[in-house]
Amino acid sequence: MATKAESRLTTLKIVSYVLVGVWLIIAAFPFLWTFWGSFKVQGDFFSKADWTNAIYGVFTTRETGGAFTANGYIGAWVQESFWKNVLNTTVIVFFTVIISLTFGTLGGYALARSGFRYAFWILMAALIFRAMPHITLVSGYMLPFFEWNVWGLKGTAIIVLVAINQPFTLWMLHSFFKNIPKDMDESAMVDGCTRFQAFWHVIVPVMWPGVITTGLFSFLLAYNDYAVTSMLLSKPNETMVPAVASFLGSVQVQGNIMFAVAAVVSATAPLFVLILFFQRQIVSGLTAGAVKG
Amino acid sequence: MKHRTFFWFILPTLSAMILFIALPIVSVLIQSLFVEHEQVLVVSESCGPFGCTPTTSIDAEATAALREAQPLGRFNGLGTYFDRSHLATAEVAEIWRESNGLKSFFNGLMDLKFYKALIFTLTYTFIVTPAVLVFGLAVAVGVNNLPRAMRGVAIFISLLPFLVATIVGSMILSWMLDGEGIIGATLQNIFNDPNLTIKSSTPLMWIALIIYGIWHTLPFSFITFYAGLQTVPQDTLEAARVDGASKWQTMISVVVPHLMPLVSFVTLMLLMDNFRVFEPIVSFQAEAHAQSLSTFILSDLREAGNPLYASAGATSILTIIGVAILLTPVVIRTWRDFNATSH
Amino acid sequence: MFLKKVVVAGAMSALLGTAAYADANANCGPDGASVRILGSDFPAIQAVAGAAEANCASGAGEFTINLRDNTRDMMNQALTPNPAEYTSVIVANSTLTQLMNDDLVRPLNDLVEKYGQNLQPSQLITIDGNVMAVAFMANSQHLFSRTDILEQAGVDGIPSSVEEMVAAAEKIRAAGIMEYPIAMNMKVGWNVGEVFNLFFFANGGELFKPGTAEPNVNSPAGVAALNSIKSLLEYTHPDFLSHASNETQALWEAGQAAMAIMWGSRGGAVLDDEGSTAEVTENTVLSAAPTAGGGSIPAATLWWDGITIAKNIPDADAEASFAALVSGLNADLMVENNDKAIWLIDGFQPGPAAAGVSATAAGGAKPYPMIPYINFMHNALGSELVDFYKGTESAEDALADVEAAYVTAAKEAGFLN
Repeated sequence: MATKAESRLTTLKIVSYVLVGVWLIIAAFPFLWTFWGSFKVQGDFFSKADWTNAIYGVFTTRETGGAFTANGYIGAWVQESFWKNVLNTTVIVFFTVIISLTFGTLGGYALARSGFRYAFWILMAALIFRAMPHITLVSGYMLPFFEWNVWGLKGTAIIVLVAINQPFTLWMLHSFFKNIPKDMDESAMVDGCTRFQAFWHVIVPVMWPGVITTGLFSFLLAYNDYAVTSMLLSKPNETMVPAVASFLGSVQVQGNIMFAVAAVVSATAPLFVLILFFQRQIVSGLTAGAVKG
Repeated sequence: MKHRTFFWFILPTLSAMILFIALPIVSVLIQSLFVEHEQVLVVSESCGPFGCTPTTSIDAEATAALREAQPLGRFNGLGTYFDRSHLATAEVAEIWRESNGLKSFFNGLMDLKFYKALIFTLTYTFIVTPAVLVFGLAVAVGVNNLPRAMRGVAIFISLLPFLVATIVGSMILSWMLDGEGIIGATLQNIFNDPNLTIKSSTPLMWIALIIYGIWHTLPFSFITFYAGLQTVPQDTLEAARVDGASKWQTMISVVVPHLMPLVSFVTLMLLMDNFRVFEPIVSFQAEAHAQSLSTFILSDLREAGNPLYASAGATSILTIIGVAILLTPVVIRTWRDFNATSH
Repeated sequence: MFLKKVVVAGAMSALLGTAAYADANANCGPDGASVRILGSDFPAIQAVAGAAEANCASGAGEFTINLRDNTRDMMNQALTPNPAEYTSVIVANSTLTQLMNDDLVRPLNDLVEKYGQNLQPSQLITIDGNVMAVAFMANSQHLFSRTDILEQAGVDGIPSSVEEMVAAAEKIRAAGIMEYPIAMNMKVGWNVGEVFNLFFFANGGELFKPGTAEPNVNSPAGVAALNSIKSLLEYTHPDFLSHASNETQALWEAGQAAMAIMWGSRGGAVLDDEGSTAEVTENTVLSAAPTAGGGSIPAATLWWDGITIAKNIPDADAEASFAALVSGLNADLMVENNDKAIWLIDGFQPGPAAAGVSATAAGGAKPYPMIPYINFMHNALGSELVDFYKGTESAEDALADVEAAYVTAAKEAGFLN
């Protein structure tokens, strides 16, 4: 009996390792390809003649003398001042995440603990709100924003990003709070805490896995957003993604596609550090969250 | 929770949503019921660097006067919802009358862009959603079983499909799919057919979009489930192990039920996002083979120059209705859960 | 001040009028006014806006330049409030129509009289006698050919009609040089619509019944246009429905095409030494767009870019904006920026990259029509013709679908009942 269970366990383990391995390769390959290609010229990386040019760098050698070139990076960071866009993104993303999480944690907690019907209907309303296509919303904002003279400001974009991602944040946090046993804050309240004190002293310390994960997605949604940032920000306040899009060119002129590739690759590096940090938070949340039920 | 406390907790998030989403939805709904005034046209001549041509232009003053009288335009009721660009009821009825058999009816229906888009969108939604749920959970469990030192790297790599800005990520993938790109060329080699190109074949393009959809959204379900796994009570797992349950049995009877709220959440979000599929279509340049309601909105609002607000509004409201219908089963489940836990 | 005698090569003289004075001391209009310019982000516009800033920023109360993507998607909303967000927008044929539809730009007649000494009469875009914009550069589609490949396949000279292109393509294919020698911007959407326009006009078609908003594409000219296009598509890469300017240029530079119909504004990038081999660039010749169906009009639409002034702004700002922008449109601009565009300004010396556009204009190609409902037709063409190109629908059915889609949109916009 024991051997049978054990052998089954190993097959399961092998299957799961293989699956993870395959997934990691599939997930990483396009990125590694892009990283490699960011040191080539466009004629190689987007070769219409032969894709192996992207590996060997035929045109790169012809145009720059070496098989690798940092022209894309120099172009993006020096010539196009990509760092300005990075700064704008940092500001916008930081405030979006902080405000989103504050609003979302309060609301999500309330929804998870309220037994009244209206809590359910608020959740449903949030779903319907989220179903609204963003392009329609953004087009609708433009005229009032121009009239109130708030178009193009970072603050406007932050508020809009917070608001349109609020349904997602609310739902996600609500789901996580449902996972935290009710007895915890209720016993604190029996001990004489107010609802907010119970929330602050008992729930906040154990909510980090959920909050960090939700924060991660708030972060990614704001960081990768194109629909809002491309239409609602003026040129000096432009974030990275619309800036990258503008490197791609238009009907009129050839773009600097390699600037875009280099910009995207270099923007990924700080995220690596950030995610390693998050990962530690999630795991440390494990010990905090492992409460006796 | 008391009503008063609840109110103060929910106030910030609710006011943000009402101001920036609910009010716009109401205004879009109203706009979709109206169409523009009749435009007063004048025939004139336009001249420029390339000579003169007869042309027409709008009589601005006369049109402004009409607009002054009725700021919203002419009331059209649900007319826009049933016109050729949307539900096309008149056209569908005619196709039905003229068709002999289901097949010709279906072919006729595929000539109407709304239904063509609906078929693609539903196919996409119902393949991508379950795939992402199942694979996401499997990868989350797999990563959770890895030695602790490797988990951080594994999480980072798993997030890469989500991290690389979509516009550039899919541009690179789109190039890979080209006849000369690495994937396109490899496929040509495998099938030994130099004329095989993904971008000229509707079925292949659908497959490419679906695979991209799974690849791009898997990090979302993976991370959510991974975080959920961290909160599985250790003593319950211990108890199951003591009872002699295999890993697989523990998984099914302890872990999955614990993750159920997250599963509903992920399902809701995925169904909704997939139904509104947009970015992959645009960046894969796949509009010839696949359209969605969201690409129609873009075309009405942007490509048309002077936006067709009624048409875009009607498509948006139809999207919401479509999402509502799709989500109903999951919502009913959530309703039961809600009632079960609220007492 | 000195009189500049300008020698204008060949066909460009058709576009350009007489010589004029180049004013060294720019006249910038009222002091202390606000100038806020919106435009697309490309070198020619950067040059014009930059010159305006250099000449007039010192005297202005406020001088901002906002060059960005998606200008077209936001310009109407930006100009609607009073005062508008921008005082001047740099537009093209189709975007001027878009602004005029909402009555957002002002007639410039008095400003032209006051500040337009350097302008040529041909630069003035007039509608019903009102100057609505001042054009400064031109663009159009035309033919790019690889002389070495044509020669190798035994083709004499450069094709001048669709029929000759098809014959040449067949020879190239038969000689085993290339399977798909032709490249065209056929990406679904705007490009598909535009290609139809080119060949429809070349076949003598009119998009609308004269003087009305009634569609007129489901006609013999429409079918002829589609057949011309289809005959070329036999020889284009099967992915053509995903090819826009970036892709066709890449194909060309990789030496994967022998004849292409591309934008004139890409000529400079194709001919430079970046992204391509000497073999390709040295043998690339730019010539007029081909004629079609036995007609004599090149299959191209002529485009211009120009200056407009917003309506909802104080008159002083309007005057200062116009004066500043116009101050830059002179021969001095050409000294540094001659190759950045095909300028319509006095003093322009067309280089090799401008040859194709000049020849196309001289051949009598039509300007892209400035009709209030043109965008709806363009949109309908762009989405409904795809079934024909994919081979799942006949030309007549596809054109009937175009008309039905257009009528739906035009009714909603109030142009049809």
